[in-house]
Amino acid sequence: MKHSGYFNQFGGAFIPEILVPTFDQLEAAYLEAKADPAFWAEYKQLMSTYSCRATPITYAENLTHHFGGAQIYIKREDLNHTGAHKANNVMGQGLLTRRMGKKRVIAETGAGQHGVATATMAAKFGFDCTIYMGAVDVERQRPNVFWMEQMGAEVVAVEDGSRTLKDAINEAFRDWVTNMDDTHYALGTACGPYPFPEMVSWFQSIIGTEARQQMLERVGKLPDRVYACVGGGSNAMGLFSGFLDDPEVELVGVEAGGRGSGIGEHAARLAYDDASVGVAQGYKTYFLQNRDGQMQDTHSVSAGLDYVGVSPILADMHETGRARFEAATDAEVVEAMKLTVQKEGLIPALESSHAFVQAFKDAADMHSDQVILINQSGRADKDIFTVADAIDDPKWKQFIIAKADEYKKANPELAIAGGV
Amino acid sequence: MNKLEQYIRQQREQKELLLMTHIVLGYPSYDDSMRVVESMVEAGVDLMELQIPFSEPMADGPVILHANSEAIRAGATVDGCLEMAEKITAQFDIPFVFMTYYNILFSQGVMPFVENMQRIGIQGAIIPDLPPEEGRDYIAAMRTHGLSPIHIFTPNSSPQRMQTLAENSDGFVYTVARKGVTGKETQFSAELDGYLADCRAATDLPLALGFGVKTRADFDFIRGKADMAVIGSETIKVMEQGGVAAVKPFIAGILRE
Ligand SMILES: Cc1ncc(COP(=O)(O)O)c(C=O)c1O
Repeated sequence: MKHSGYFNQFGGAFIPEILVPTFDQLEAAYLEAKADPAFWAEYKQLMSTYSCRATPITYAENLTHHFGGAQIYIKREDLNHTGAHKANNVMGQGLLTRRMGKKRVIAETGAGQHGVATATMAAKFGFDCTIYMGAVDVERQRPNVFWMEQMGAEVVAVEDGSRTLKDAINEAFRDWVTNMDDTHYALGTACGPYPFPEMVSWFQSIIGTEARQQMLERVGKLPDRVYACVGGGSNAMGLFSGFLDDPEVELVGVEAGGRGSGIGEHAARLAYDDASVGVAQGYKTYFLQNRDGQMQDTHSVSAGLDYVGVSPILADMHETGRARFEAATDAEVVEAMKLTVQKEGLIPALESSHAFVQAFKDAADMHSDQVILINQSGRADKDIFTVADAIDDPKWKQFIIAKADEYKKANPELAIAGGV
Repeated sequence: MNKLEQYIRQQREQKELLLMTHIVLGYPSYDDSMRVVESMVEAGVDLMELQIPFSEPMADGPVILHANSEAIRAGATVDGCLEMAEKITAQFDIPFVFMTYYNILFSQGVMPFVENMQRIGIQGAIIPDLPPEEGRDYIAAMRTHGLSPIHIFTPNSSPQRMQTLAENSDGFVYTVARKGVTGKETQFSAELDGYLADCRAATDLPLALGFGVKTRADFDFIRGKADMAVIGSETIKVMEQGGVAAVKPFIAGILRE
């Protein structure tokens, strides 16, 4: 390993010995691609023809008037193919996989968003694909499981540990330590061992690079503050990357506050005081763990933010004060989402809605010539079951009951079977 | 030559192949762990790995993974495991090493953890998620306390990599027989010979061979190729299926003359 991959005390590569040559190969491919302008040109071309780049920024006029403070702009990552920023990372890693001559990709997924994006990429590039997903998440994100399987991916429900994202990551590593010769592990966020945090942030930097230029063109100045939700940290790193050299722009990351502070109630590693520095899943960062170093359960209404660790790059930005970290509770998130749907006709994913919560809190106290930018990392179609429950919509329930009856009548043999 | 290596060399003068076994401390309970150690020592194992359970055992397969999470669920703590290890080393006369993941050491502080190991008579450690590049403090602390940092050779390791790993190891080197996690099937075939020859060429330290060893035939196959065979997941399975009482006859069956 040529590079330690540290951001002050955070990061590193705590990997099983069997993967050392695999990481050497990945690092080499990544550094080579980064140094090759043709690679980035190919990547941009792919993203503008297969996905929807450049994604626009939308002026949220009604929300701006509603809060009566800062002007609110929204970066529309929800308009990517597959409905989230995850496509940016996945397509980049797909190109790298092809460069490395590998034929199979594996990935972990929480919300299922990264899984769908990876399955899409695999279909397009002709790779075999296996997706590891915590059994809890398989249950709450069935629509995404459906699409992954339609695209030919094998979806493995992980029954170990807390049966969520961290367990899916462990399981993907267990696959990788066996199949590294022909398989690339397309990790879905800016976490894990070096070079993943840096490499994923590089692919996602397309968000911030575009956004900075778009703000200058549209508004004539940089935003005063930018907001992104933080699961592992990839969409936040993507947005922040565009403004790292602009110290006047405040960077705000919003974590999952769940039911409020107290270990087990949330997934806020930086905003609350419940996390401590540790090493797991191949890297050093803040983890929600006990004093023995055992990872603890997390909770969030959004599967995509429900994770014990956080990008080492963001942990460092927290420590140095370059970024501010806040938490939004489940209840606040659902309210912010409903308001955005009603006022703007935009449908932010529950993950993304965390960023909206803090932006709304701040906007009201800001001046009308100030400007904020929120990253809408994804759209909420996938969350329709969770959102309908949160809103407690009776018509939705009637629809599901009717649909279930219809299936039961047509397929009596399925009525008792469960499982994936 | 440190104490552990010396012991292995002395044992090797009497036996062609030594046996190291593995348990997860606190699985299914501290009492059962104690009884399993007793059975194994009585059956004649030469060395034992005591695994301190971790919630994210990335390098372990289904059997040991399950044992880790069940031990934690049953209330195993790091302090509890250390106490238990202290009792074990006091009661039994073979060397014991720890196997665990880096966060367990990191959470206690590497130096205090290593001091504790020395105090309670543990002779070395295998930390599968701590490559030497990340483990400089750990390796230095182990060496100043006369304990063995044990690293892992794999079929993917280049000769230079093996060299680096050996330079950072004492006691013995753990060579894994194949890719993958613990507990999966291994084909013990002539293909292993080339790999083991590379391992031998890279270091003078004793070589332990593990991953997938489960039968008398596997053990016989390894004789003459490595200094020590390692049985991990299989004894856990034996215990799960036949209870603690099944462990001793199983080991005795592997070792019978
Ligand atoms: C729409 C959306 N936003 C955000 C996230 C959180 O990931 P990250 O913090 O890496 O951007 C996810 C994860 O699944 C997601 O689906």
